[in-house]
Amino acid sequence: MRKTLKIEERFYRVLMFLSTTFICSALFVILFSILRTGLPHLSWEMISEMPHGGYYFGKSGGIFNAIVGSVYLSLGASLLAFLLGLPIAMFINIHLIRLTRFVAVIRFLLDLLWGVPSIVYGAFGFTIMVFFGMRTSLMAGIITVSLFILPIIVRAMDEVLRNVPKGLLESAKSLGSTNSEIAYVVYFKQCLPGIITAWLLAFGRAIGDAASILFTTGYTDFVPHALNEPAATLPLAIFFQLSSPIPEVRERAYAASVILIFIVLTVSVVSRILSNRYNKNKINF
Amino acid sequence: MNGLKVIYNRNLRNRIHLSWMWISLGVVFVLPLSLFIGLMWKSAILLDQQSLIDLLFSSEWKPMAGKFGYLTFIVSSVWVTMISLLIAGPVCLLTAIHLTQYAKSWVLKIMAPVIDILAGLPSVIFGVWGILFVIPLLANHIGPFFGKSVSGYSILAGAIVLSIMIIPFILNILIEIFQTVPKELSEASLSLGATRWQTIKFVLLKKSFPGIVSAFGLGMSRAFGETIAVLMVVGNVVHLPTGVFQPGYPLPSLIANNYGEMLSIPMYDSALMFSALLLFVVVLIFNAISRLIILRSSR
Repeated sequence: MRKTLKIEERFYRVLMFLSTTFICSALFVILFSILRTGLPHLSWEMISEMPHGGYYFGKSGGIFNAIVGSVYLSLGASLLAFLLGLPIAMFINIHLIRLTRFVAVIRFLLDLLWGVPSIVYGAFGFTIMVFFGMRTSLMAGIITVSLFILPIIVRAMDEVLRNVPKGLLESAKSLGSTNSEIAYVVYFKQCLPGIITAWLLAFGRAIGDAASILFTTGYTDFVPHALNEPAATLPLAIFFQLSSPIPEVRERAYAASVILIFIVLTVSVVSRILSNRYNKNKINF
Repeated sequence: MNGLKVIYNRNLRNRIHLSWMWISLGVVFVLPLSLFIGLMWKSAILLDQQSLIDLLFSSEWKPMAGKFGYLTFIVSSVWVTMISLLIAGPVCLLTAIHLTQYAKSWVLKIMAPVIDILAGLPSVIFGVWGILFVIPLLANHIGPFFGKSVSGYSILAGAIVLSIMIIPFILNILIEIFQTVPKELSEASLSLGATRWQTIKFVLLKKSFPGIVSAFGLGMSRAFGETIAVLMVVGNVVHLPTGVFQPGYPLPSLIANNYGEMLSIPMYDSALMFSALLLFVVVLIFNAISRLIILRSSR
């Protein structure tokens, strides 16, 4: 009896070890296979030049337009989501903190919204665009993406604000602070690294998503100069150019994947460093 | 007088902030409603013409003739989702047990960033990986192993890519759930002479069973709505799939592939909006049930 138990445990431990290794190696294989194909095509020309002769047929040029467009789009969207998201997160953790039921409903709703696929936001954004007679533009993309990342940024900030000790709220109140002062002075300072991490998370989501901008942002060979112009983005640069029959165009897609991975990894590393470093300076009760 | 002015300003500021907070919160409440109403309004044209049952259970897809049967797409979606869950589910469960019960701290130190990065990789990157790695693997090795010559662009390719995508998502929820199981329960079991594995099997897994089910539910709805990565590897052929090596055409791919071109045909436009509505409703229901189970079991 004892022996079979031991064998069973041994067996499952081997399985567990294998599955953990599987996940590790999956990440490794993904990064390796893309870097191996993409890195040789990455050059200064690729980063700094627009595609010449159309992004789908032109054999020379780079993806500068997509890099800039992506940065514009995700900066805009994450700022907009931040402007809406920070007040919501503060609101449920300071003003509404005693209405536990209501707060639970809001959190539930946010979790539900988080699960909605981005293609649904894309289709919805497109409908709204057509309804108002707008064309595919940077603006439409920013609005759609910001709605898509709003639940993510709110829930991320909410998790940070939730862990602020109650004593801080009570002592600030007893000193006569208004609720908004508690929110934007006391809590904001206390949670700044967490808030920045949440914003970075949202930025990373915004720069990587393709389905929501497929119909709203459009694609061009140029860098957008105004909000009502269409913009090229990195995910769509990969998606469109990879389906091209011309190998030079596909090389641009591989190079774009390397750049996108690089941006996402940087965002992830920076947020990790931030949250590690600034956690030391927190007031602890 | 001066003091009063300061108080007045502070209160005014407070009030401005408060109204902005209400407006922002309003967005969260209005958003799901407007999503539903907007999609409903658009797909009303189609729903007027054909009955819901007709739409869902017919596989005749002829947009030009005004025939819209979604069965092909629904079946493809279900295949891809289920197979990806079959791959990801056991892997996540075993890894979550490993990380929460057995693993040494250095393993956790490695795995935390690995899961983070895997979760943060854009879906289009997974698609590229699918084309570079999974498709050749299927076409050159796995397909011939089963004695079939395949192109690789298939339901199985989509499912493999998807499964890697949802692993970090499910894993994070599972780890969280396992951590909420009280330590005392395991300790009681261990002190009664049960082995570690028995404790895991009869205490941990039993206690967190509802949580595990809902984690899988959440992963499933995530997989169901994933678009770009699947679209890139699944083949996109409109026919009822009968095997995993055949190409499929899931619902999100249908929307992504055809949108924009079909505005000239109002019925087609409406049909695509209906598939978005279908996605929205199915994902919402799955999410709601799973979240409710988690909430109830964590109480």
